[in-house]
Amino acid sequence: MRALSPRIYLITGAALLALLGLTIAAAYINLGPMNTAVAMTISLTKAALIMLFFMHVRYSKSLLWIFVGAGFFWLSIMLVLAMSDYMSRGWS
Amino acid sequence: MPSLALPVEHQFDDAGQQREAATLGMWVFLSTEILFFGGMFLAYTAYRYTYPQAFAEASRQTLIAFGAVNTAVLLISSTVMAFAVRAASKNRRALLGLLLLGTAGLGALFLIIKGFEYAHEIKEHLLPGSRFYTNASDPKHVELFFSIYWVMTGVHALHVTIGVVLIVFFAFRAWFTNAFLNRDTPVELLGLYWHFVDIVWVFLFPLIYMIDRHS
Repeated sequence: MRALSPRIYLITGAALLALLGLTIAAAYINLGPMNTAVAMTISLTKAALIMLFFMHVRYSKSLLWIFVGAGFFWLSIMLVLAMSDYMSRGWS
Repeated sequence: MPSLALPVEHQFDDAGQQREAATLGMWVFLSTEILFFGGMFLAYTAYRYTYPQAFAEASRQTLIAFGAVNTAVLLISSTVMAFAVRAASKNRRALLGLLLLGTAGLGALFLIIKGFEYAHEIKEHLLPGSRFYTNASDPKHVELFFSIYWVMTGVHALHVTIGVVLIVFFAFRAWFTNAFLNRDTPVELLGLYWHFVDIVWVFLFPLIYMIDRHS
């Protein structure tokens, strides 16, 4: 499990560089407020590729998935609760 | 050759369980790192939401070519690191040292490029403080963007620096000691750290350099 075939690492690396090119290209197209959404979707995809294949999460037991997920779950609590405050302050 | 087998500490049933525990421990550390960087990403998000125009103006003053090249450098270094971890698990220690040195070299290249970028920004008065100057319409909040920029990229660069030092140290241990003879867990954990630092940059790159680039 530790030693994946070199092809998997090469394909992951190539996909990451292709996604980098896509991010840059997308930034120069006017998509209005969707520009940030597209950029973040590509970044999340890149992060997922790195974690699943380079960090071997895909080949790990479910206990590790819980540990990995916990970090991001608590991050999302921090971002969502704090931003729900900032975004609703103007309401009256 | 029982002396060459991976030693299992008495609290573990077998080598597999020991290795799993080490990986879990590393991910607990990385979770604290996620939340550590998360606080700064939250500051960025809250102020970008509050001052969208100033943040867009500020972002267009950053050097996107430097950022793009540096992203590629880190992504390639992560790929090389993945091969280093593979070499460690195959017990190929000469190759391991070489691949680790390659990873560290790319990490150092990242820091050099970042250094030239910082030097340019200091010359352009984009370092917050008494010498900060911009002709943007809302200079106070352009300065706020650059405060967040310097702290986030600075803390990230500190992580890269720590990574490069550790990786060079590991490369020499691979070449000149038996530290990684039939024992790849330390290299695997070092790889997790390096990939994490790469992931942070993957999010920093679009958030810093690419706000409203099209206009």
